[in-house]
Parts: sequence; C-alpha cells; structure tokens
Amino acid sequence: MKALCWHGKKDIRYDTVPDPKIEEPRDAIVKMTSCAICGSDLHLFGGFIPGMESGDIMGHEFMGEVVEVGKDNKKLKVGDRVVVPFTICCGECEQCKRGNWSVCERSNRNKKLADTMFGHSPAGLFGYTHLTGGYAGGQAEYIRVPFADVAPVKIPDGLTDEQVLFLGDIFPTGWQAAVQCDIQPDDTVAVWGAGPVGQFAMRSALLLGAKQVIAIDRVPERLSMAKAGGAIPINFDDESVLDRLKELTGGKGPEKCIDSVGMEAHATRSLDSMYDRVKQSVMLENDRPHVLREMIYVCRPAGTLSIPGVYSGLVDKIPLGALMNKGLTVRTGQTHVNRWTDDLLKRIEDGQIDPSFVITHTVALEDGPGMYETFRDKKDGCIKVVLKP
Amino acid sequence: MTTTTSSASASTGALRSAAHGLGIFSIALGLTELLAPRALARMTGMQGRETLLRAYGLREIVTGVGLLASPDPRPWIWGRVAGDALDLSTLALGAGERPGMAPHRDAALWMTTAVGVVDIACALLPDRNRKAGASVDYSDRIGMPRSPEQMRGAARDFEVPRDMRPPEALRAYATS
Repeated sequence: MKALCWHGKKDIRYDTVPDPKIEEPRDAIVKMTSCAICGSDLHLFGGFIPGMESGDIMGHEFMGEVVEVGKDNKKLKVGDRVVVPFTICCGECEQCKRGNWSVCERSNRNKKLADTMFGHSPAGLFGYTHLTGGYAGGQAEYIRVPFADVAPVKIPDGLTDEQVLFLGDIFPTGWQAAVQCDIQPDDTVAVWGAGPVGQFAMRSALLLGAKQVIAIDRVPERLSMAKAGGAIPINFDDESVLDRLKELTGGKGPEKCIDSVGMEAHATRSLDSMYDRVKQSVMLENDRPHVLREMIYVCRPAGTLSIPGVYSGLVDKIPLGALMNKGLTVRTGQTHVNRWTDDLLKRIEDGQIDPSFVITHTVALEDGPGMYETFRDKKDGCIKVVLKP
Repeated sequence: MTTTTSSASASTGALRSAAHGLGIFSIALGLTELLAPRALARMTGMQGRETLLRAYGLREIVTGVGLLASPDPRPWIWGRVAGDALDLSTLALGAGERPGMAPHRDAALWMTTAVGVVDIACALLPDRNRKAGASVDYSDRIGMPRSPEQMRGAARDFEVPRDMRPPEALRAYATS
C-alpha cells in the first residue's frame, strides 16, 4: 500500500510499504477514505520530538471503512464506517474505566521507554513516535487498529467524511480544552493560537456560553476565521496582547486561558521568545513556552489555564511564583477523545456545529509531502489539510 | 474545498533554514572568540589583539541571537556580511605583522572571504512567503448554523464532568 512516511527532519515521502495485517484478536483493518495533517504532525516534521524512526508512517487523524476484523472483535463488522480516535485504549485498565482514555495503562507498547521519560506512560498513539508505542499512522491507504472494539466511533449514514473526520482529534481536543475551563456565563476565554484546535476551542467556548472569546494569533486568515466564529481577534504583531486583554476585560484579565499553540510558539518581539529560540536551536531546551508564560501573567487571579497544545519535554523560565500566588488552576493532557465523541457526534447530527468549516485544502495522499510544507509555512491560506488516499 | 490565494507572514523556507545555520555558526564562533581569544589570535596572526577579538565575539553572538530569533532574519544576514567586511579589513591591515605569521593571516583571509560569499548567497535567497498577495478572507467560515451571537450558550446543556470542574466551594467565578 501507499503511505506518507517520515524519513528525517523535513523529509516526508510517499512510499510503498507492506499492507497491515491483523495481529491480535481484537484488531481491525480500516481502509482509509479521509485523513488529515494535524498541527502536532508538524512537530515531528520539524524534528522537535524525539523517538521517530526512518520509515515510520505518519498521521493520527483518519477515518474509513472496516475491511477486516479480528475473531474477538464483537463491536465492528466489515463495512462499518468509522472514525478512529488518535489515542489507543484497551478499555479494561483502571484509567480507561475512569474515562481517562489518553492515559490508558496498557496500549503503549514501549511503556518502559515512556515510563523513563515521563515517570508513568501515557496511552499509545497512532503515528506519533516510538515513545508512544511506535504504531503505524493513518496517512496511508490502510491501517491496523489495535483494541478496535473500544475506541472507533461508528458513523451513521448521511454525514460526510468532512463533517466527522475531526471527531478523531481536533474537535474533541478543542472541546476538552474549553470543557476543562468549566466556563461560566461571565467568563472571558482567551485562546492563544487560531490554528485548527484553537478554532474548535473558540467555538466550543462560545457554545458553552462564554461571555467573550478572544483569539490571539498573527496570521490574518486565521484571525478572520476566528472572528467568523465569534472571537475578538488580537494580532500580536500589530498590538500588545497585554494591553488589549486588559482593555477587553476592564483591567482584570481573562478568567480562562487556552494554549492551543504548544511547543513552537513563533518568535515575537519579546525577549523571552528570542531566548527560547536560541536555547531550542542549540538543544538546551525542548520547547518554546512563550504562550504559557504569557497566560500565567495575564490570567485573572483564581483563573484557569487549559493547555491542549503539545509540549515535549523541558522548558525553563516559567513564572511559577505568579502561577502559585495568583492561585491559578492548570489543566492539560492529551484528549480523552472517547469521553466526548458520542455527545459531539450528536451535536454534528443536530446541526449545532459543522466541523468542515476548518478545511482549507483537500488533496490526494500522494501530494501530502508538499502539503506539510504548505501547512507549516501557513502558505496559501492553509489552516487544515485533508488527504484523500 | 481548496483555497489557493497566497498570504504573507513570517519568513520561512530556505531563508529561514540558512538563517538558522548561520545563527548557530555565529554563536559558536562568537563563543570561541570570547572564551579562547589567545588560541584564535595565534591561528590568525592576530597576537596582541585579543581584546578586539573578544569584542568581535560579542558582535557574533548578538548577530547569532538575532538570526535565530528574528521573524525577518534578512537584515541580520546582511549584518553578518558587514561583519565579514570588518573582519577582512582587520586581518588585512593588522595581522601577520610578526615574522612567520603571514601564512596564518592568508589562511584567515581566505576563510573569511569564503564565509562572506556564503553570507551574501544566503542574504540573496528568495523569501517564499514574501510573494505579493492578500491574505485569504475566511469571514464566512462560521461553522455553526446561525450567527455566533445566536449560538452563544447553545451547548449549555452540557454537564462538565465532575473531575474537570473545581469543587463548588472553590469555584472562583460562578456568579450566574
């Protein structure tokens, strides 16, 4: 089959690879009908996250048709149309039973490695380094889905791929980012990063009833999409984020802050950004946490910081004093996708939201390598890329 | 749907890669000049000018930081070119005065010239993102069936899971 494979920093290729096979009785093989490039794939593309090996298949946002099931899989049957969440869950461990799907205790095949890195291993992930299991990703014609009797979401007829594809990651990720803010009707929610997750976080915050939603970015088209979703845009290249947030909140600061940027905050004119760039370049720091610092600084005391943005390892110069003295709550984590999928699928069916709004580019899978660059460079108004195998 | 209008943003691509490499080179060279000026002076025929070498080292570090951190690295690359010219002048005018040092000076001159050529080539690289063209307008991408104002709170029926909300007594802004 054909697949997009990682071969090194900035080197994604459209390769021929062996077809996947059923390995365990609960597995399923899914033939892809649509997949997508996620913002977090760009961290791998840029070589910022360790643990990739040459030939690894990329991608963790995908959907398709079940073409084969293992003998113990009682949930799926051949012909089912499914969206597969990016987190792999056994459904039987203590964390899965509590709904903490993204920290499943059994699905990471390289648990020891992750235990060493993080203290305790999170769940296995599709197409996202050997630190989280080294599972083949979904930017391919077919994929083997382990524990396929747990996470895959069956999609009813009548909904297009474009409407439901993002149930596997970015829609629930934006939703969880807003949900864990425990939004109240008087809240101002500031969202850093108007990429795909940020767009969903903004719309989720609005639907959950925030009084005011603010979008912070510098890419005009992303800010225009954010504005379309009801957010007040702040272009940090043109105006001071601190001053504008004060102005919009009567000097008090936003009660809830969402970091949908993560480890690759782009250089701004601030000193700390330059410091991060230099340290990351010479491998003295994994991530560039400018957004995190800014959120801690601007958030209203007793407020909440929600962090769906991906961080990989060590950062420094975090103003822990401000975090502690202001009594801020920090909530983060990979998304517990299956906690939200039933509810969000119903909201899509009811017409409350149509996630396809975020798609700006649809291309054939073989054009994927070029689209990584387009997406990374934010060229051609690129916000979200869907690939068709 | 596919949209193909171009947009201008930060500099990227080849220019950014070149700036990244030059930035690391600048910082490494600057640190060498700052921390080991005597050894470098011996290698380049610049004995007695260690203080000047340290100053040049500081210049290299500042340039390197600028190259790595700036959203538009091109002015910093031209800054390196100017630095190369200064280095060449210094070498041509002041180095190799001691007996036997001329070969060292000549080698340093050739090396600095080569670096200067690379710097100029990098400074002339096209910036793919600086093409003409307006940003794309996505103001129709609401994603919801009605206007945002009409949709505000449409999902208030959703109950936040117990483990994702603070205990009632610790809820900071539950005023409504």
